[in-house]
Amino acid sequence: MAKLQMQRVSICALKRDRKAILEKLQSLGTLEVNVIEDESLTKMDTSPAKQRFDRKVHQTQTALEILNTYVPEKKSMFASLEGRRDVESHDFSQAVFSRKKVVDTAKRVAAVDKEIAEKKATILKMEAQIDSMQPWLSLEVPLDFKGTEKTGMLVGTMDPETTLENIYTYLKEFDDSLEAVEVDIISKDRNATYVSAIALKEILGKVEEALRLNGFTKPANPVNMVPKDYVEQLKVDIQSCEAEIADSKKEMETLAATRREIEMVADYYRMRKDKYEVLGLLPQSERTFFLSGYMPAEEVPKIEKEIASKYQCVVDIEEIKEEEEPPVVLKNGAFASSIEGVVESYGLPGKNDIDPSKITMVFFIIFFGLMLSDAAYGAIVSIVCFILLKKFPKISEGMRKSLRLFMFCGLSTLVWGLLFGGVFGDLVQIVTKTFFDHEIILKPIWFAPLDKPMLLLTLSLLFGVIHMFVGLGIKAYVCIKDKRYLDAFCDVGLWYLMLTGLILMLLPTDIFASISQMTFSFPPVVNTIAKVMAAAGAIGIFLMSGRSSKNPVLRLGLGAYDLYNITGWLSDILSYSRLLALGLATGVVASVINQMGSMAGKSVAGVIIFIFAFVFGHLLNMAINLLGAYVHTSRLQYVEFFGKFYDGDGRPFNPFKTNNEYVDIKED
Amino acid sequence: MNGLTWALLGAMLAVILAGCGSALGVGLAGQAAAGVVTEDPSKFVKVLVLQLLPGTQGIYGLLIGFIALSKIGLLGGGAADISKGTGMMIFAACLPIAIVGLISAYHQGKTSVASIGIIAKKPDQFGKAMLFPAMVETYAILALLISFMAVSAIPV
Repeated sequence: MAKLQMQRVSICALKRDRKAILEKLQSLGTLEVNVIEDESLTKMDTSPAKQRFDRKVHQTQTALEILNTYVPEKKSMFASLEGRRDVESHDFSQAVFSRKKVVDTAKRVAAVDKEIAEKKATILKMEAQIDSMQPWLSLEVPLDFKGTEKTGMLVGTMDPETTLENIYTYLKEFDDSLEAVEVDIISKDRNATYVSAIALKEILGKVEEALRLNGFTKPANPVNMVPKDYVEQLKVDIQSCEAEIADSKKEMETLAATRREIEMVADYYRMRKDKYEVLGLLPQSERTFFLSGYMPAEEVPKIEKEIASKYQCVVDIEEIKEEEEPPVVLKNGAFASSIEGVVESYGLPGKNDIDPSKITMVFFIIFFGLMLSDAAYGAIVSIVCFILLKKFPKISEGMRKSLRLFMFCGLSTLVWGLLFGGVFGDLVQIVTKTFFDHEIILKPIWFAPLDKPMLLLTLSLLFGVIHMFVGLGIKAYVCIKDKRYLDAFCDVGLWYLMLTGLILMLLPTDIFASISQMTFSFPPVVNTIAKVMAAAGAIGIFLMSGRSSKNPVLRLGLGAYDLYNITGWLSDILSYSRLLALGLATGVVASVINQMGSMAGKSVAGVIIFIFAFVFGHLLNMAINLLGAYVHTSRLQYVEFFGKFYDGDGRPFNPFKTNNEYVDIKED
Repeated sequence: MNGLTWALLGAMLAVILAGCGSALGVGLAGQAAAGVVTEDPSKFVKVLVLQLLPGTQGIYGLLIGFIALSKIGLLGGGAADISKGTGMMIFAACLPIAIVGLISAYHQGKTSVASIGIIAKKPDQFGKAMLFPAMVETYAILALLISFMAVSAIPV
């Protein structure tokens, strides 16, 4: 349960060791660069180099994506869980050595991809041309046929309804003398009538005008070939284009063989890009450079060993100053670290917070189990998480924590499920009743929530009170640690006093007895003490809460306002009734599923229907209730628990390290 | 109407209204989620979780409906002979989850839409995004609690 102690590490070294030192720091990956500005020193402009590497990263990355579309890698469903692959540093340096060639391959991949795309576009264009030629196919001269010595020819389209008679009528209407004209309708379709007209060259102009007045248009770009031949030629061209595409695809396949090298080179350039980014931040003098940043204290000896003793440099270690805000790293054991993801998504512990992981973890798995509360579901969740953890040892760190969290949650669910007698709802009872005519009822170890919902409600609220008292206790602990004893007394002690008094007053009342079916009778002394405690606490809060204000009226006003927070406590406690509600929801829906499945009775069809209902129904119920349990357990932690003591305004640690996408390089 | 009809009406309203609310809410959130996935398919799981949040009211309605049905003996076995007064009591007991379920699921759906907006812009703020719709659900849970306690306490 700890935030790691941070220290500021500053290094001043010779420029000639710059590259080596940065590479070492990057491979250690434990320093967050945070440079102290100094006017007298200059910085190197590394942006051109950075851009160059960025471009190379981009090129290799694009090549990998293209390869993946043409020659997809066989990947299992869980590929995303596998993590990066290990490579020997020897193989890696070999790939890096031939990086020029690899980048050329990557460029070639992009070029081939472009070629293929262009050819595909050409094919599409040619196919469109073939389509546009269809109506002209029966024409036996080229579309732009100029005619013979004496005659000329017109081809073009007219309205779809136009008939041969219409055209002759048009010609006659235009000029009676236009008789020596031979008009043919080549074809007709929905959009147009395709016509040709042959006439003596002298009158051709008139004919064209006559037709044009009636909607005749020439083809936009007539081909100088007989349509049929033209189409044939296009088809040949398409085939050769397709053959070329096939060749290109084959080339892609051979190029895909270098995928592993491209991956390594992509990671190499990514590393160099990061390095140059840091390099650009560093203040430098003529011969030396300075580097400063935050590092977990426990990593500092390693730096001294790896850098201070090997290079000519000064390594200076300082404690963090009061006004600095160092980044936060959590460090917990295997159990408590599982919850870190949940804590992080609320916010890392800030300057005045302690790391709440361990205690949150305990409550998280208890509440989660209580909400899911089905032994079989719990067992399934645990086993699935366990198998995934074993099967994918290189899974990402965040994912591993989540899986471990759910594994523990599953175990807790198993326990609660057995206590409440829920195994796939009331599966055992239904199956034995329907199929074996001999009803076996699985007895809960403790009690069945449907029989005694009030007991479970009381239990839920009790958990709520404990949870929030612990939260308040942590606040007191933080205050005492900071030697703010008055705060601890006023903000926590008085509340404890009042709340305990109120609870003790509530316990012997009828209303509590009717809810919990438990009767408490205290001796009158205790009752009096309870009243005194509640009153003393309330008066204390009224007087002390506004102590930061000098104005006495304002002070009492603030006190009264804080006292009003008692309603907040009431709603917070009632909020824990969700433990009961969600727990019941799982069990009831599970028994609805079982009942539906068993409706077809005892027969072969009945068994088949039951199995279907069982598998799909319970899968769905488990998924929805897992989600519900996760969301509402998180909410209880975030709102009711963290609200009592936790700020969560810490800054995550962002060290200078190798951000590889594909490979992990094994150290020699 | 006799007692059995009143009780059945209550059970049906619990399922119908709460279910409609959830359908509205999940539908609203689903539209927003689909939009985010068009832009960035890797956010699928996160937005799916947010989409499903308003779906619980329907389950709560089902839960109350189921308990009410088994109370009046309509599941297996013969229907119990219940007086009109008892039937109306069961009807009244079903109302909280029916009405609160309808309205809270609709508004939870709208809140989910807003939270999906958070995921679209800041996917690392998932924990906080999840919290806003969960706040709305509190009231459905309170209604469920009262409906449940009332239905199970009514003697038949």
